Amino acid sequence: MKTSVILSTAVKYLIPLLLIFSFFLFLRGHNEPGGGFVGGLVAASAFALFAIANGFDEAKKFMKIEPIMLIALGLLIALLSGLVPMFFGLDFLTGIWFEKNFPIIGKLGTPLVFDIGVYLVVLGISTKIIFSLAEEEK
Amino acid sequence: MLIALPIISPFFFGILMMLFWKNFKAHSYLNLFSSVVSVIISVLLIDRVIEQGIITLQIGGWKAPFGIVIVADLFSSIMVVITAVIGFATALYSMATMDHDREKFGYYPLLQILLMGINGAFLTGDIFNLYVWFEVMLISSFVLLALGGKREQLEGAIKYVTLNLLSSALFLAGVGILYGLAGTLNMADLAVKLPNLEDPEMTTVVSILFLIAFGIKSAVFPLFFWLPASYHTPPAAVSAVFAGLLTKVGVYALIRVFTLIFVNDISFTHTIILVIAALTILTGVLGAAAQMNFRRILSFHIISQIGYMIMGLGLFSSLAIAGGILYIIHHIIVKTNLFLVSGFVNELRSTYDLKKLGGLYKLYPLVGLLFLIPALSLSGIPPLSGFWAKYSVIKAGIELDEFYIVAVALFVGLLTLFSMTKIWHEVFWKKNPEEEKTFNTINNTKQKVLSFLPIILLALITIIIGLNVEPFFNIAQKAADQLLNPEIYIKAVLGN
Repeated sequence: MKTSVILSTAVKYLIPLLLIFSFFLFLRGHNEPGGGFVGGLVAASAFALFAIANGFDEAKKFMKIEPIMLIALGLLIALLSGLVPMFFGLDFLTGIWFEKNFPIIGKLGTPLVFDIGVYLVVLGISTKIIFSLAEEEK
Repeated sequence: MLIALPIISPFFFGILMMLFWKNFKAHSYLNLFSSVVSVIISVLLIDRVIEQGIITLQIGGWKAPFGIVIVADLFSSIMVVITAVIGFATALYSMATMDHDREKFGYYPLLQILLMGINGAFLTGDIFNLYVWFEVMLISSFVLLALGGKREQLEGAIKYVTLNLLSSALFLAGVGILYGLAGTLNMADLAVKLPNLEDPEMTTVVSILFLIAFGIKSAVFPLFFWLPASYHTPPAAVSAVFAGLLTKVGVYALIRVFTLIFVNDISFTHTIILVIAALTILTGVLGAAAQMNFRRILSFHIISQIGYMIMGLGLFSSLAIAGGILYIIHHIIVKTNLFLVSGFVNELRSTYDLKKLGGLYKLYPLVGLLFLIPALSLSGIPPLSGFWAKYSVIKAGIELDEFYIVAVALFVGLLTLFSMTKIWHEVFWKKNPEEEKTFNTINNTKQKVLSFLPIILLALITIIIGLNVEPFFNIAQKAADQLLNPEIYIKAVLGN
């Protein structure tokens, strides 16, 4: 695939921005629009952009981890976050929060962990779909 | 905790398989292990439900009716147990017959997610959550159906998914209207609030919407077309799971909502159900008579058998619903078994076409015998399980003076026997029409054992139910009594 120099140079600066933005969206999701789902989509768009600029084989190397692994890890984290409260004698999926607030991140608790799971699953599935479609084209 | 495990356990094993995505040899062993775990969990669950009555779990600690609640009454736990048994049987059978291509593309994780969806649908106490589980089932079954990508498979899968999406849309519309009417989606809370509405006619309208939505899922007349168009296309192990379990989730949902929520105008709704049941019983069996493909005949018989279960619901007496539940138990076991036998025949002859098959009895008398047990059970020959299931439904019909449907049910029993003899004659008895074509031989002992074991196991269960029907009938009776006394369910979910 032939790509323009402008795009591949711009992508170098855009990707960190997009990833930071996706993380910001992810944390913001507790009380405001955002969350794991949107954050995961933005992160996936960063990888898609990289793939368009540098080719899909490069993008796969750049990701370092198989999308299917991200999906599995995400699901596992989400499931574990639901199981944690059971050790405290609470029902499945009950939210447990730390008493005091943390700087920047704000409140910490199992729902945040669950959201990390969502983030990874969305990122994994979107990149998997994008990469698979690109392979079809070849 | 125990009550959520039938959902969590297949989910966990599905994830585990995904973590070892490339190592698909391990998938089949994990699948087997998971199915054993599910059997243990489900037996523990039903044991506890028998002991303590209905048990519930408020997910996330949000009390019903505000949060999602998981409820296990006897009917749900019976269904969970059978699901686990079928999961175990197909896990063995898949190990023997599944091809590497499907295994590589995640056949086993999908199977686990499908089982999770089925268990979720059986256990949820929230009608929107039921919709979500239906979608989980639909998506994973769609992929299982299309996996392999043969032309006929995709054709079947498209029909399957289109009609099922239509059903989901109707279901969702019904849920929306229901929420508008009653302001709640918790099934127990709906049962409390719906009788106090200003215009009860609206409830009846919504109930018909649900009847159509679940009717498509359970393949009743006249909404069954997707079933015979798709069930004969995937590999035997997949169609065995589908044939055994998927339509029965629809039947379960019908029985659940029409005993708990929509009971305000029984003379209207349940009469419709009864008429539908009669037509379903009849059309299914007539459709089967015209077919010459092993699995298509069996698919049409699913439809006919669904009619009997719905008939139990339509008659709406304690004995009738108990009979319906017994019918579901019997049918899932027998139908899965018949599909597994058809798959085994296909392994030997690489075809499902009755015209090309023949002469199998001479070479494999055991297969013939193993076909006869579920086949005779399906047509209701005593002392096998089908006889008792049919007997209780028909007896309930006679008690309520519904002679038309009793006549239909008895007549169709005869036609079912005709269909089964047709398969028996064409596949096992008549001379092999293709003498020159040799049989595929299965030399691998491990493969032989693994494909025979589930068939023998399910046949044994059929015989056990047949010879010792009383405990099974008693538990079905208790489940029916629970269903007919919704106060118990409501009290268990909402407290006082």
